[in-house]
Amino acid sequence: MAGTAAGGTRQSRAAPYLLIAPGVLWLTVFYVVPIVSLAQTSVEVAGGPWWDGYQRALTGYGTHFFRSLRYAFAATILALVLGYPLAYVIAFRAGRLKTLLLGLVILPFFTTFLVRTFAWKTILNDGGPAVRLLQQLHLLAPDGRLLDTTIAVIGGLTYNFLPFMVLPIYVSLEKIDRRLVEAAQDLYSTPRGAFQKIVLPLSLPGVFAGSLLTFIPAAGDFINAELLGSPNQQMIGTVIQNQFLEVRDYPLAAALSFVMMFLITLGVLAYARLLGTEELA
Amino acid sequence: MAGRGRTFGRRLGSWLVDGYAALVLAYLLLPILVIVLYSFNKPAGRFNFVWKSFSLDAWRDPLRYDALVEAMKLSLAVAGISTLVAALFGTLIALALTRYRFRGSAPVGLLLVLPLTTPEVVLGSSLLTLFLDLNVRTGFTTIVIAHIMFSVSYVALTVRARIRGFDWTLEEAAMDLGATPLRVFGKVTLPLILPGIVAAGMLSFALSLDDFIITLFNAGSSVTYPLYVYGARRAAFPPQINVIATAILLLSLFALTATHLWQNRTLRQQPGRPLPPV
Repeated sequence: MAGTAAGGTRQSRAAPYLLIAPGVLWLTVFYVVPIVSLAQTSVEVAGGPWWDGYQRALTGYGTHFFRSLRYAFAATILALVLGYPLAYVIAFRAGRLKTLLLGLVILPFFTTFLVRTFAWKTILNDGGPAVRLLQQLHLLAPDGRLLDTTIAVIGGLTYNFLPFMVLPIYVSLEKIDRRLVEAAQDLYSTPRGAFQKIVLPLSLPGVFAGSLLTFIPAAGDFINAELLGSPNQQMIGTVIQNQFLEVRDYPLAAALSFVMMFLITLGVLAYARLLGTEELA
Repeated sequence: MAGRGRTFGRRLGSWLVDGYAALVLAYLLLPILVIVLYSFNKPAGRFNFVWKSFSLDAWRDPLRYDALVEAMKLSLAVAGISTLVAALFGTLIALALTRYRFRGSAPVGLLLVLPLTTPEVVLGSSLLTLFLDLNVRTGFTTIVIAHIMFSVSYVALTVRARIRGFDWTLEEAAMDLGATPLRVFGKVTLPLILPGIVAAGMLSFALSLDDFIITLFNAGSSVTYPLYVYGARRAAFPPQINVIATAILLLSLFALTATHLWQNRTLRQQPGRPLPPV
């Protein structure tokens, strides 16, 4: 049916496949095949049943999995609470400042992720300005710390992935036809009513995309936990990295990766149901 | 009076929302301020984590640590090569997806999105498993392979978003006027898609320069800038790290502003076309 005036010849029918070939080949060889070989590794157990890696992953590292999901969930909620109003102000209220504010939101991308996290270490350091201020306000005990706490790790995760929440929400808000909001106002809707009935529902795809882009990397991250937390805040990413690069127990490491992906997928599906979002991509 | 009370309430509400947004922006920018500030620090020990006194020492001697310079060179080489390859592969996919309707375009779309929704630990570790299976020694080449892999998706999706809805009849017009296919591409197609490719290329370069987790798995004994910074937490964290971070920031700002101005100018030369999203 695609045989319109331009697309009838054999040459142009092959054209799209030639165009996608190099990129698709690369992604197949270096993304799909590795995932398959990771799956294979997870069940290639020497001298034991194939599920040995999975059994050890689930029995030995339950706390790490649970903690990672908890931290990622907390960071996603916080990023939403912080990011939505910011995206709203940029989309609807910034006027001529819009480009500048968007630039400021992506500015952190231009300083290395690791260096930024080290900067948080500086800010939260014992005896640093943040700790001293909180101690003077009696919000923190005289010997209290910010570094090596759960708060520091969740704060770091929220910080690092906040732009990924703001940008998709901004894009979905920007797409909303302003006339819909005006129409609601003409029909005597209060600003709150117009927001609840029009702006919020239409921005849900952005909220969904932003939440995924925050939750998934946050659940797998180990830098924040390692630099801002103590061993008590260790996340599953650290365990996977250790098993792969130090201990070299590959079946266990691979099984840990798959269990993590499974749990993340479950979380994403539950969230999609909750929001009732149709378009997943 | 009631009406006035309500407008006052609304205005107060708007101020509160604006103020809140300003605070969130401050949270986003605070660490950057700290990074720049601490590039002027003269730390007491080997670790630049506590403020001691103002100094220009690190800025006067930014290339003092050979390992840091080597790491930076390696990062730039990786980012340069992987961006070039990913920009080419990604643009071709984006062209195919926007210009043609073909069987299999939906799976290709999925293949592009999947790497972005896979945690980086899994991307890194699965690639390492492949290299181990094939007995490939990890190092410069494997880092570049990994970076091309995650950049292709970003480039393809960015370019596709930018060139969706373009008026491709211009190409037919040029052909009707007797232009050769090569000339059509050089004079019509490329100028149309170039701003999108440049934006995607900058994104890909920045992502490559910044990547830590995937690189950690596939670097072998090679050390990129982020890997150097990671190692620095044990041995010494000199202010030169902050100087380089600040320099990257300034260069990025410069590149961003320049392309922004250039794209505005290109758009003004082609009237009647809606502005693409940022």
